[in-house]
Amino acid sequence: MNGIELLYMPFAEFGFMRRALAGSVALALAAGPLGVFLILRRMSLMGDAMAHAILPGVAVGFLTAGLSLTAMTIGGMLTGLLVAMLAAGVARLTPQREDASFAAFYLVSLGVGVLLISLRGSNMDLIHVLFGSVLGLDDGALILVSVTASVSLLVLAVIFRPLVMECLDPLFLRSESRMGPVVHALFLLLLVMTLVAGFQVLGTLMVVGIMMLPAAAARFWVVSVAGQMALAAWLGAIASYAGLLFSYYANVPASPAIILCAGIVYFVSVTTGPQGGLWQVARQARARRLRLSRIPERD
Amino acid sequence: MPFDDLMLRHRARRRQVLLALAGGSALTAAPVWGRTPEAPLPVVATFSILGDMLREVGGERVAVTTIVGVNGDVHRFEPSPRDAKALLEARVLVLNGLDFETWLPRLVQASGFAGQQVLASDGVPVRRLNAEEGHDGHEHDAAPNDDDAHGDHAHDGHAHGEADPHAWQSLENGMIYARNIARGLAQADPRNAAYYASRAESYISRMRALDNEIRTGFAAIPKERRRVITAHDSFGYFGDAYGIEFIPVAGLSNQAEPSAADLARIVRITRESRVSGIFIENMTNPALAQQIARETGVLMGGTLYADALGPADEPAGTYLGMVSWNAGRLLYVLRQAGN
Repeated sequence: MNGIELLYMPFAEFGFMRRALAGSVALALAAGPLGVFLILRRMSLMGDAMAHAILPGVAVGFLTAGLSLTAMTIGGMLTGLLVAMLAAGVARLTPQREDASFAAFYLVSLGVGVLLISLRGSNMDLIHVLFGSVLGLDDGALILVSVTASVSLLVLAVIFRPLVMECLDPLFLRSESRMGPVVHALFLLLLVMTLVAGFQVLGTLMVVGIMMLPAAAARFWVVSVAGQMALAAWLGAIASYAGLLFSYYANVPASPAIILCAGIVYFVSVTTGPQGGLWQVARQARARRLRLSRIPERD
Repeated sequence: MPFDDLMLRHRARRRQVLLALAGGSALTAAPVWGRTPEAPLPVVATFSILGDMLREVGGERVAVTTIVGVNGDVHRFEPSPRDAKALLEARVLVLNGLDFETWLPRLVQASGFAGQQVLASDGVPVRRLNAEEGHDGHEHDAAPNDDDAHGDHAHDGHAHGEADPHAWQSLENGMIYARNIARGLAQADPRNAAYYASRAESYISRMRALDNEIRTGFAAIPKERRRVITAHDSFGYFGDAYGIEFIPVAGLSNQAEPSAADLARIVRITRESRVSGIFIENMTNPALAQQIARETGVLMGGTLYADALGPADEPAGTYLGMVSWNAGRLLYVLRQAGN
């Protein structure tokens, strides 16, 4: 087996590797751009919180329909939306910022969820049952994640301009049009949809990681929001491919491997990125010192 | 299927337990003396399987509280104040041991439980997990048959790997469990010692009958065909008892996520050797097992119960029901794979 074959053999031999690649690339293409907006809104930790916030819906789905993944996913999505909308509403109507109101609502939601499950007298880990693994994608899961990703990207393209304004200068948008709340709500809808579908298909770590790490890394390479979105999507896709190969050859679990690959991308970006990376910052600082030392002192 | 009527019997028995006493033959023979109007002995079992055994052995003279209930996962359990309260009021605590209930020592300490602890697995021949788990078909060389190793089963230095806690999966061990429970109850409540002993004996005779039935069932299937894949490494004792090779996909605990290499290895093993079926456990996501079935064309065998019973109205709602359900599913799939 030569070097090139090593790069594609696992995908040629095993169907589950092809499915894993297709699913994680589809997710990366949609999640990266959403992550860029989350960073703009200073809500980087929202994805992780959302994984807990959906618990009551999952529990209600379980209590009414039994162990049905569909019922649990629908329940989770509804709760996720409710939590996101309430948090956004409080942020719009009161001086409190969105990260604080989101933290409050997600904690309440988590509490309700744990309570509901214990009513049934069971300590069963519903979330664990619901959350999938990147190596376990079946046809339904692949369709779910690719449809969600496509819808997300299309809607993002449509609301792109007002959304950027809503994130960067909400007051300006408010003075120009009344689209602000609509755009905000649409964005949250996309976010919850992608997160919950991703949780069910790929697991929490995988979704939140592939959403935030490439987006955080892209910031160090390009300035424009659109450029960051495109770069984040592709960095996520590359990390998915590299991570799956890593998992295959090094015998390590797949989602952590993918996330670690995305992490390496991030570290490389932080150190060498031309837009405020450490190396560049150090060089600029040195240049500034040199420049200052050359200024002749008066007297 | 010879197990159908057995399951129905267990289901019926379950209801009778709730009404009066289990409808076993021993009950008619249960001694009437010693029946006192006093309240039943409060006892606690750590998880559903021990709870069912405790009910069978203790009959109406015990009031059983189970800490980790039906379909609960003992591996990732977090005790609540209710559990500590139940433990504080209990006279007897029945635990599996073999490092299964890792959260128990702290709970016992926190609750101030001062009653008698009964180690149900005391004296079972302990099976060791290979340090390198599940590689290349998981050889069964890890079972030091120290039948007489009473008490010192925890970590005898010469063994390799951790002790496999799922000892109840073998009915032979189930019989030891029943005796240990009867002995423990008798020590806490000496006046009813004979009652507990006779109930335990009748329970054991039912286990023996089921054990024989299962043995006959598997004996009809060629040994090389008795090879299946499970989601986790929980059926080692069952496999040892009836000569079935279980290939676990992930490691022992539910936390472990497999690597792509693990999955590829399982797919290769399945393609190259004669694996008859793939099974999932209650309360696990079936996605990985389905992936392997799709990839290799091997039968999906359905659900096996490993660490927790199902709800009381399901076939696997009792210990005996669970074992016969598992054996029934396995036999069904192994027979089908042969055709």
